[in-house]
Amino acid sequence: MSRYIIGRIGQALLVLWVAFTAAFLLLQALPGDAILIKFQNPELGLGPDQIAALREAYGVDSPLWAQYLQALGNFLAGNFGYSVQGSVPVSQELLANLPATARLAGFGFSLAVLVALGLAFLATLAPFAWLRSAIQAIPSLFISVPVFWLGIMLIQTFSFRLKWISVINPGEWEGLILPVITLAVPISAPLAQILMRNIDEVSTQPFVAVARAKGASPGWVLWKHVAKNALLPTLTIAGILFGELLAGAVITETVFGLNGIGGLTERSVRFQDASVIQAVVVFSAACFVAVNLIVDLLYPVFDPRLRKAKGAAA
Amino acid sequence: MTTPLLSVENLSVAYKEGDHHTRVTHEVSFDIAPGEVVALVGESGSGKTTTAQAVIGLLPENGRIEQGAIRLNGEDISKWSSKRLDAIRGSQISLIPQDPTSSLNPVKTIGAQVGEILRIHGDRDGKVIAARVAELLARVGLSDPELRARQYPHELSGGMKQRVLIAIAIALKPQLIIADEPTSALDVTVQRRILDLIDELRRENNTAVLLVTHDLGVAADRADRIVVLQGGHIQETGEAKALLIAPQSPYAQRLLADAPSLSTTAFREPRPGGGDAIVVDGLVHEYGLGRKKSFRAVDGLSFSVKRGTTHAIVGESGSGKTTTVRDVVGFGRPTSGQIRIDGTDIASLKGDALRQFRRKIQLVYQNPFSSLDPRQTVFSIVEEPLVNFSGLDAGARAKKVNDLLERVGLPEALRKRRPRALSGGQRQRVAIARALVLDPEVVVLDEAVSALDVTVQAQILKLLDDLQRELGLTYLFVSHDLAVVRQISDTVSVLQDGRQVETGTVEEVFLRPQSAYTRELIDAIPGKRSLALA
Amino acid sequence: MTSFASIDAFTTTPATVSRTNNLFGRLRGVNPGLVLAWLVIALVIAWAIAPQLFTSFNPVQGVPSEKLKAPTLIHILGTDALGRDLFARLVYGAAHSLTGAFVAVVVGLVAGTALGVIAGSTGGLVEEAAMRLVDVLLSIPGLLLMLSIIILLGFGTVNAAIAVGITSVASFARLSRSEVVRVRRSDYVEAAFGSGGTFLSVLWRHVLPNSLTSVLALAALQFGSAILAISTLGFLGYGAPPPTPEWGLLIAEGRNYISTAWWLTTAPGIVVVVVVLAANRISQSVGKGR
Repeated sequence: MSRYIIGRIGQALLVLWVAFTAAFLLLQALPGDAILIKFQNPELGLGPDQIAALREAYGVDSPLWAQYLQALGNFLAGNFGYSVQGSVPVSQELLANLPATARLAGFGFSLAVLVALGLAFLATLAPFAWLRSAIQAIPSLFISVPVFWLGIMLIQTFSFRLKWISVINPGEWEGLILPVITLAVPISAPLAQILMRNIDEVSTQPFVAVARAKGASPGWVLWKHVAKNALLPTLTIAGILFGELLAGAVITETVFGLNGIGGLTERSVRFQDASVIQAVVVFSAACFVAVNLIVDLLYPVFDPRLRKAKGAAA
Repeated sequence: MTTPLLSVENLSVAYKEGDHHTRVTHEVSFDIAPGEVVALVGESGSGKTTTAQAVIGLLPENGRIEQGAIRLNGEDISKWSSKRLDAIRGSQISLIPQDPTSSLNPVKTIGAQVGEILRIHGDRDGKVIAARVAELLARVGLSDPELRARQYPHELSGGMKQRVLIAIAIALKPQLIIADEPTSALDVTVQRRILDLIDELRRENNTAVLLVTHDLGVAADRADRIVVLQGGHIQETGEAKALLIAPQSPYAQRLLADAPSLSTTAFREPRPGGGDAIVVDGLVHEYGLGRKKSFRAVDGLSFSVKRGTTHAIVGESGSGKTTTVRDVVGFGRPTSGQIRIDGTDIASLKGDALRQFRRKIQLVYQNPFSSLDPRQTVFSIVEEPLVNFSGLDAGARAKKVNDLLERVGLPEALRKRRPRALSGGQRQRVAIARALVLDPEVVVLDEAVSALDVTVQAQILKLLDDLQRELGLTYLFVSHDLAVVRQISDTVSVLQDGRQVETGTVEEVFLRPQSAYTRELIDAIPGKRSLALA
Repeated sequence: MTSFASIDAFTTTPATVSRTNNLFGRLRGVNPGLVLAWLVIALVIAWAIAPQLFTSFNPVQGVPSEKLKAPTLIHILGTDALGRDLFARLVYGAAHSLTGAFVAVVVGLVAGTALGVIAGSTGGLVEEAAMRLVDVLLSIPGLLLMLSIIILLGFGTVNAAIAVGITSVASFARLSRSEVVRVRRSDYVEAAFGSGGTFLSVLWRHVLPNSLTSVLALAALQFGSAILAISTLGFLGYGAPPPTPEWGLLIAEGRNYISTAWWLTTAPGIVVVVVVLAANRISQSVGKGR
């Protein structure tokens, strides 16, 4: 078992290392570079030799492999280089923006899970067939809505038409309501779809018929037999959903003008700030890999089939 | 006669497909007296399972009762609400399902699943439930019931799981148990023990049993009365013994004649047979299990088959049959030992030499649903081997394929169809045609008739026999079903856990079995009891 | 032995019975939602090919005096801040969104399927390497990957499309590999080798045709997601530059007027939703039709 864990961690590290290398190479291949974009601006009045000095300070002129090794070493030490636009260490920028995004993502994810669970169970237990199929259709609608447009529509409806939520200087929690909804909708859709499909599949299993034959009601069967079997496989998409959460944060924070990792990402793409992008990409890959690793290692706790058999199984 | 416990009257059930209803049972009527065993016997599509599902009120969502009544102790329960039925399901009528592997919830313990039926019907005290669960598990013959209660389904064998399901079915001492093919997914020896257990328990509590089965042998052994269904219509109802001795309806007569386990035909006439077509010598096959560990699936198998004869390999699941087949046809590589087909050691062949050699030996698979490419037509499936070893032009190929399709009894109209639009028997005919189109010397039949209904099985067995006579084919016939083996083979090897426990002519092995295991296998053939009585 | 279960399963009446061949029977079996989905896609494709048939207004040149007009009979979806007809801009924008989505799907389908089929059919070290690469691609959230590629390639319609396409390579590769592996393990593929097929002939005759159905279903699904992704990049300003009437960009431009001109954001969004829904519905039917 411990051998499996070590192997699994090694695989995760390998993925991370390749992701880092790919991000590094990709951004080295950039046609423009951030130093030039920022300092060649004539208004700053910097001469060529001053720019050259700056370039040396940022270390952009050394050979590629040296830059790569240095960047890798720095990354391992938690030093992600300097953000050119912000003129502060990238790690500082990330840390400064992390809490806001974490809060948004945390609430968004919780709401998404609630919505997905609610839809999936309603789609199974709702009283009329037409109502069940209507509820089943909701996730495919959610999945087809552009996130940025959803945010704008929410602002348009709740802030401008109904004037329920103020756009200008909303309270700390008030300002979070619409972004959280915007973020939750696209995350809840795939979750609800997978849940609904799993519930359908599990419901056709013979053990469900056996439970019904014991005299169990449909509600009892759904709760005691179908639920756990249907929920387990959704754990495997936790990593993907986490990535979607980050991507959703980029758009949501842009639409609502919030500060956070997402807004930071959007700005650094606009100004081709390579080191920030690199850090964000590697950070999100690390989160993805970590979430998947945790899910893999915890899976046997939830699924007895992956546990070692106890006693004789003859 | 006492009032019947269950009385099914003119029951018609229909399934909704698209926007019309298709009836699958037509005015089915029968009674079950208290403590009586009634068998519903029929082939696929006969409506036997549907009838059983209707009785316990668990038709699939698209099914509905169109007419008729189901009376339990005189009261019609067919129009009861699901909620009202919940109260009698489990307590008065219970179910032993078909496939034990998927009939237990994989993420709940055995104890929780047995205890559940007690909880649903009102028990609340955890200690009382746990004690009763242990008692039940012990009653169905599971050793160490406290441990079993804490285990999960995947830690138990198929037979043990079926015992657990039986424990659930008898927990509340119901008046009626519906046993839906309770043993068709189990090995024959296990099947016999499970059926014995059901018999014993129902006698103890005077429980009536509705036994649903495709196997007339099982029905004959276990039932008081038999109801024969075909295409949703009752063909015949009668006392089990009377029906076996003198079936009245043509369909029941045919079913009886085609059931291998009930046939009383003599052993095959010995065929002349030439030199050795297949020689297997000291075959060993090991599978690696992680580092250092390995599992010996086949351990020292030796037999030889004379040209133009049939050799059978018999064994239960895990006996090494499948591994042997794969090595013989060259898909697997034996760890040691020799396999000579027509003098050539197949294990020594590689690459194109192996490909060329495949003309001599062909395989027919167990499952006619998965062994044909769903996108090809019947014609192109059979033509493909000829294309691979092209010596013939398109016209000559077409003639050969058409002749062969006619020979295996496939009408011309089917040749442009895809496998999906064929019945199981038709598909297996296509597979046989594909195997024969290259004029091979050896045909390996891997459980080739096991998935087919008995009447279809009998037709395919007859076809195989005719083809062997005409073409001088050598068959290697792999099966779990001794009754079929007895009918079709000349010689037989019996495998148990990878070892060959017995080999010889069919007559020797069946009449004078040397090993205890072979004796057990032969005794387990259903229908034995009733044959002895008849 | 368990195959008794599958054959005896009560719901499997022979497929031949329910398959009616006459036209009436076919029409009755057709799902109205699916017909609607195809009609939507056909209409949008017609917009892209011959926009002038659907509107007489110029999508780029506006009439200043007509600016920010609410929907009327003449301007059925109203006008924007430069007095351009919104409906005309939507119709002309179809070409950008559809070609973008098309390029993206082709890039993902070709590269991903090639990678997946090679990995799945050769196995061994090649498969291992290809799948680790796919793991890496999957570990980076789609949008971040797109953004990284865009800052490498630069902004613009085609570059945005390529970025979206590369992002879907991983899913195509993973699906096609697992399909190839599934089909390769099937009895009929073994039977094809058993009747003397060579590696390439079996791959071509059996493995590819049977693996590609679900890959095509994914392609249809990706077409919908690509439209979404491209409109997202357009909205963020990394796609087509103004005054191109790309759908995402239309929403971005309308955003400045949400308090006064609701139609500028609402209408393009609804068009995107409807088109994506239609593509997803078609994908579903492709996936089931096997």
